[in-house]
Amino acid sequence: MSAHADAHPPVAHQSSRVDARTLGMFLFIASEIMLFGSFFTAYFFVRVAAGTPWPTPPYELPVFVAGVNTVILVTSSFTMHWALQSIKRGNRSGLQAGLTLTFLLGLTFLLTQLLEYSRVGFAPYTDAFGTVFFCLTGLHGAHVFVGLTLLLAATIRSYRGHYSPEEHLGVEIPGIYWHFVDVMWIVVYTTVYIL
Amino acid sequence: MKNPLRSEAEAFQFLLGAAVYFGLIAIAGVINAWLGLAVFIVLTLLAVGWWLRARRIEEQTKTLPVHRGEPGDRRILVIANETVGGGPLRERIEKLSEGYDTKVLVVTPALNSRVRTITSDVDPAREQAQQRLDASLARLRQDGIDARGEVGDGDPLQAIEDALRTFGADQIVISTHPEGRSHWLERGVVDKAKERFAVPITHVVVDLNAER
Repeated sequence: MSAHADAHPPVAHQSSRVDARTLGMFLFIASEIMLFGSFFTAYFFVRVAAGTPWPTPPYELPVFVAGVNTVILVTSSFTMHWALQSIKRGNRSGLQAGLTLTFLLGLTFLLTQLLEYSRVGFAPYTDAFGTVFFCLTGLHGAHVFVGLTLLLAATIRSYRGHYSPEEHLGVEIPGIYWHFVDVMWIVVYTTVYIL
Repeated sequence: MKNPLRSEAEAFQFLLGAAVYFGLIAIAGVINAWLGLAVFIVLTLLAVGWWLRARRIEEQTKTLPVHRGEPGDRRILVIANETVGGGPLRERIEKLSEGYDTKVLVVTPALNSRVRTITSDVDPAREQAQQRLDASLARLRQDGIDARGEVGDGDPLQAIEDALRTFGADQIVISTHPEGRSHWLERGVVDKAKERFAVPITHVVVDLNAER
């Protein structure tokens, strides 16, 4: 028998009770909580500790437009969920329609936010309020951009015949990320725009 | 720990929950700041209560055995730190083996301090565990028991779970020192193992001092 006949991969390290993918998601959530947490800390420091008027007069936040944008983003989570449920049932056109709609709704959100930036009347360098506003919404916008990139890849793959009821991790992971981004927007919208 | 982002469906439910949570707080906060604070406190308490309940239900789910061997054979998983050389344990293994083609896996947890574990300083603990394991296996083989062994996680429960995944035991034997001298008994390892694993568990007490 040759030496290679007995060759096999090393036994996986099994000291962790947590599944590797779950652990990865834990670490991702932890890093995101710290990242957004640092920005929210700056927000609360500026608004509560320093007592900065929110928004600083004479500026006003476009609460209504942002509210419509919130509805658009939350709707995109429903279409994302529909897309994944469709492929789980073997409905490819449902997957394609769901992903396409999710991508378009996300793109609409991002473009609306950019439009809002151009009309809001203040800039990141205006004052602490402006800095925190642009940092928080901009950080979230960057996450939306990453999500759109993932969605675009998943959408293209869906039109090329990828994914099946058994194999759809390439939709599941962007879906989890997209819902996370939406949750973060709900937090940002509630704290920055409403309260 | 309950992870709300384990699957897309769970993440979607989490999103709906977050929308309701923040929506109610925002509405109450717009009406009156104190009302907003009250709604925030009530909803947060409800959310924590729900999370603790979900966590408890999740923990109650037992790890089911997966039989890895041929039908009709018996696989015994022995968890012991240094008591595997004791007579009562050998007798128990022999009794459980009667009438079966038996395979025995001895797992010796690499006991380590919490600080060393956190800092990944596990090599000395694993080396010592390997020495104890080698001695234990030698004793078992002397008595005619065909056993193989491996060093396991420092947490005995985790070591059992790891071994169950690869070895697929039909029977678990946990060997400890007598009451009062056993850290594992003090920590309730045997009772916790019975709660966590859906595999018959035998507890054997080995008094090495009495045997010497």
